[in-house]
Amino acid sequence: MDRVLAYVAIVVAIAVLVGFYVSWRATRLDRLHARAEAARASVDAALARRSAVALELAASGLLDPATSLLIAGAAHDARAAGQLQPIAATDGEAQPRELAESDLSRALRAAFGQPGFRESLTGKGGADELLAEIEAAGHQVFLARKFYNDAVAATLAARRRRLVRLLRLAGAAPVPAFFEIDDAPPAGGDGSDGADMPRLTG
Amino acid sequence: MKVGIVCPYTWEVPGGVQAHVKDLAEALRGLGYEVSVITPADDDTPVPSYVVPAGRAMPVPYNGSVARLAFGFVSASRVRRWVRDGGFDVLHVHEPMAPSLSLLACWVASGPIVATFHTAMLRSRVMHAAHPVLQTALEKISARIAVSEAARKTLVEHLGGDAVLIPNGVAVQRYAGATPMRGWPGDGGAIGFLGRMDEPRKGLQVLLGAFELLAAERPALRLLIAGPGDVTEVAGKVAAELRDRVVVLGQVSEEVKAQVYHSVDVFCAPNTGGESFGIVLAEAMASGAAIAASDLDAFRRVLRAGRAGELFETGDPADLARAAGRLLDDPQRRAEVSHAAMTAVRSYDWSVVARDVVRVYETVVPGADRVAVAP
Repeated sequence: MDRVLAYVAIVVAIAVLVGFYVSWRATRLDRLHARAEAARASVDAALARRSAVALELAASGLLDPATSLLIAGAAHDARAAGQLQPIAATDGEAQPRELAESDLSRALRAAFGQPGFRESLTGKGGADELLAEIEAAGHQVFLARKFYNDAVAATLAARRRRLVRLLRLAGAAPVPAFFEIDDAPPAGGDGSDGADMPRLTG
Repeated sequence: MKVGIVCPYTWEVPGGVQAHVKDLAEALRGLGYEVSVITPADDDTPVPSYVVPAGRAMPVPYNGSVARLAFGFVSASRVRRWVRDGGFDVLHVHEPMAPSLSLLACWVASGPIVATFHTAMLRSRVMHAAHPVLQTALEKISARIAVSEAARKTLVEHLGGDAVLIPNGVAVQRYAGATPMRGWPGDGGAIGFLGRMDEPRKGLQVLLGAFELLAAERPALRLLIAGPGDVTEVAGKVAAELRDRVVVLGQVSEEVKAQVYHSVDVFCAPNTGGESFGIVLAEAMASGAAIAASDLDAFRRVLRAGRAGELFETGDPADLARAAGRLLDDPQRRAEVSHAAMTAVRSYDWSVVARDVVRVYETVVPGADRVAVAP
């Protein structure tokens, strides 16, 4: 009798420990999904801000009509693609949204890369602020995307773990997907503003 | 925005991470952010108003040396209270893989956490043994920052994932405001060097060669050398008749370091390699030193192609002697390059670096809950 009780106690204790462990693992997984979701929202916000500032620049009357049209078109396409399609999983193929956002990066680079582009704008009303805004928005996209892809990598790795698959701990949480775009910033002008300068080490 | 910063190492012990945390906290406050720093420190240690001591740290063997770390239930409960009462929008932990306060903070907190990785040496054996503990902390970190390319590489290789690179800043004001050491630079002129004396890439041997050439023409010229390394060994490399004109300080404190830049007429950076430029050159620029530097790509760009300092053929003592001689003979030119250097170094000031860090905060804070104690 005592022996049976002892066995029962051991089995119950093990079950409780396993329960704690599984619930701890589930909490971690849940937290990772939440982090990826929050990071995705930042990417969306950063992209929306960038296209908004690009449209503002295009409509500002500071640029020549052709450059204005180039930027406005790319920004418009990026916004349209973003409204149609959230960031979601595909089989490694670039999505229309990724392509549209990359095109906006390239359009901005092409515009900013024109010889004498910045010089032609300095001093004009509001131009310096707008250029700074564009640069800040582009940098925000770079940061948000980096943190998002980091969160996605961690979440996917956690979802692949044996215990998680066996017990379906991920439940109905959607599988997060990497977001790959060309977000290289426009060149840093003449270098006098410190952009594109060597980095400090140590 | 209210920022809670966690420093893992004892406040009163000098070190790179502590200096970084202090400079960052002060730069953020300068930008108008509310900052609270928690760090291991005795309750009676004098600390700035924004620092919260988390109690005494224990000296323990860590990473091959003895480090003062804070761990255990007492530290954990102090961190928990600080997080609970802080009302932070973002938590910024430093070196979260060290067994100290930052790791504890990752465990007790929920909400947006930013982590800065400083070290380029993680021991993977240890990392592996403690894997689930570190993994849980890592999973909570929303954004990672590395202070150097080497630190970023270590992180990618050992922990997976990526980080954005935001290098250390220079406290420009601190260096600009320092004064020369007593009796320096003196009437006969002085040139100087700061850096590891026994590291060939720092180029001290190039400077010693140049000094022999310069000293022959300038009977009162002196050479001031500071930095880690064997003082007698360096003195041994100097020709006997020049020894009383060469002063070797060895390793110096931060205060004396700032004074060294002000104590010479020409500061030499004879480095023989490296793609980036080091903190020493930035500090010399912040001090307004007239600089003679190797014509390395990074140096040339930082020194504005020679406008903010004289450039010479890398590794060539004769050319260094010519470059330094030009500056020594021409006070007008010294004033010009000094002024240009002080302007050029502004983009490396802590206030600029702190703005980059703020952009990271702004990426992770909107949409996330406030920092709180994890359930």
